[in-house]
Amino acid sequence: MSIEPILFYIFSTILVIASAAVVTVRNPVYAALSLVLAFFTCAAIWLMLEAEFLALVLVLVYVGAVMVLFLFVIMMLDINLARSKEGFIKYLPAGGFVALLIFIEMCVVLGPENFGIEVTGEPLKHAADYSNTKELGVTLYTQYVYPFEIAGALLLLAIVAAIALTMRRRPDSKYQDPAKQVAVRRDDRVRIVKMATEKKQ
Amino acid sequence: MNKVKYYLKSFLLWELLLGLKLTGRYFFKTKITVQYPEEKTPQSNRFRGLHALRRYPNGEERCIACKLCEAVCPALAITIDAEPRDDGSRRTTRYDIDLFKCIYCGFCEEACPVDAIVETRVFEYTFETREESIMTKEKLLAHGDVHEKQIAADRAQDAKFR
Amino acid sequence: MIELLLSIWNLVPEALQTLLIIILKIVVITVPIMLSVAYITLAERKVIGYIQVRIGPNRVGPRGLLQPIADGLKLVLKEIIIPTNANRFLFVIAPLLALAPALACWAVIPFADGWVLADIDAGLLYVLALSSMGVYGLIIAGWASNSKYAFLGAIRSAAQMVSYEIAMGFALVGVLMAAGSMNLSAIVESQSGSFIHWFWLPLFPLFLVYFIAGLAETNRAPFDVAEGESEIVAGFHVEYSGMAFALFFLAEYANMILISILTVIMFMGGWLSPFQGIPGLEDLFAFVPGIVWILGKTCFLLLLFLWFRATFPRYRYDQVMRLGWKVFIPITILWILVIGVGVMAEIGPWFD
Repeated sequence: MSIEPILFYIFSTILVIASAAVVTVRNPVYAALSLVLAFFTCAAIWLMLEAEFLALVLVLVYVGAVMVLFLFVIMMLDINLARSKEGFIKYLPAGGFVALLIFIEMCVVLGPENFGIEVTGEPLKHAADYSNTKELGVTLYTQYVYPFEIAGALLLLAIVAAIALTMRRRPDSKYQDPAKQVAVRRDDRVRIVKMATEKKQ
Repeated sequence: MNKVKYYLKSFLLWELLLGLKLTGRYFFKTKITVQYPEEKTPQSNRFRGLHALRRYPNGEERCIACKLCEAVCPALAITIDAEPRDDGSRRTTRYDIDLFKCIYCGFCEEACPVDAIVETRVFEYTFETREESIMTKEKLLAHGDVHEKQIAADRAQDAKFR
Repeated sequence: MIELLLSIWNLVPEALQTLLIIILKIVVITVPIMLSVAYITLAERKVIGYIQVRIGPNRVGPRGLLQPIADGLKLVLKEIIIPTNANRFLFVIAPLLALAPALACWAVIPFADGWVLADIDAGLLYVLALSSMGVYGLIIAGWASNSKYAFLGAIRSAAQMVSYEIAMGFALVGVLMAAGSMNLSAIVESQSGSFIHWFWLPLFPLFLVYFIAGLAETNRAPFDVAEGESEIVAGFHVEYSGMAFALFFLAEYANMILISILTVIMFMGGWLSPFQGIPGLEDLFAFVPGIVWILGKTCFLLLLFLWFRATFPRYRYDQVMRLGWKVFIPITILWILVIGVGVMAEIGPWFD
């Protein structure tokens, strides 16, 4: 037996446990850390699927940046667990119904009729010099160049809008300009005055 | 023009390079470290180290229990009890210096009318129990006996400035 | 004797053989790293001492050469104190989380032509991804200690690392545009030619940005606000002692070496000889193996790390952020445009 299935089952077990932990643990910091673990194992599984570019980007963007900011916020908040648990029973039927609905929909969409091995065909085994990164780049910048550029422009717009909406200039706030501080020379601040000495009384 | 010069300087990290040059020069300077137990820095003859009580050349202790040192001590480190001795002279029965309290200011030495209490050049001493930190009269006298030659030489050298 | 060993080796199943060889390679890489980490601590104390007109540690062993071993022994023998209200599990695991990514990055580092543990295509991305994992050790340590100072240090380092990662990533984008590959060996190969073919010249601003961002990423002076003794005692590792404390320092110094060697690989021609392409000198130094050059250049950059620490005062926190966001990111984006033009116009000798 080759080592790949063993690795796959190890990683997927960790992934399932970690994902379950995200929604079940009480401590929000633990939940965020479980999400990090889930992302990481997910990246490992992607690596085994020869999608090393996506796997590394997942780690870089989600684990390295997004989750750090998440943790940053969660650690600073003082979350009242008892209050957020209020009304759990009251909302249980509606919540359960929605969850069930999502589950059924996902089963229908992601089921074997659409993504089974008969439909998609046996995945290609590529040679060692096959570059997943290059393939992705070529596809993104030829076939999908317009959607890709539009998505990029939209994201940029979102960044600019977010900053424009939240930034306020307060005229009364005082701050230093380090460049100006560095540029100051002795002559700008000190004036040496020559004075005749006063007569003795 | 000035603006261009400023930006060029700041992006080429000019000021930082100047700083690096300075520290780089110090890297090669002669080192001033004194390798302590083997080498020692020179001491002044006014050095204020561990205390001692002196004696006259004939062996008589100098201290007359005037308690000026006890009074002047800013850290209240000195405790003196006194009684007339059998021959009628006024002498201490107890002369304790608490080295944990002492700040080595040298006031006791300056206050002493008979140059009895002095501070010597000795600064390398340790205690292993709290009791040892009290310099009793016996210890002070014994310490003075050991270093009398050095103490006398230092006092003689400094005499013209007093 | 050798035949006996070979026959035992042949008895081992093939899958186990490759595993054993990989483990052996890992050991061959990790042990020298750990040793050099130990000796960088000594070098740091010596260099800073020399710059401050002192001579630094010289008591343990000849000229203080056994000092790191004495320090290590002391830290191993000390008790690891876990604060009463600390989160035990996270508190213990945090130093490991700091150290593991720092060491894992070394898998893709080429030490000489073909001397690499895992010659993967997306090597650059792998390094960037794993070095961004290192921040978790710091954040978790700060939070799990249940101490205000530790938490402040963690928050600071998290914000700082995320900010500088962007500038660092952009600097790497410039490198991969110039090299046309993300494989670290290929990046070095594309700098072949001569001293001026190395990428430090066409990518000079990115070279500076990368190295300075590397200083910030490893929390080294003048960007060591995460530990800032004068403000927050020791930052994220106030509550740590003994070996757990030592692991944080191992991670910091391993990261220092990593950043240095990456700078060498990407901007200073990796294992290529600096005399390449100079007639006469090239043949004279042809006998020097590539690993000597790469290690020599790395040592020079490490010396810069120590030199900077002895020279520059610590940045104020808002200025750290200003430098990262308002200076480095615009510079890198601008220079990526310049490189793009250079690549399109095939300006030699780098982009043709």
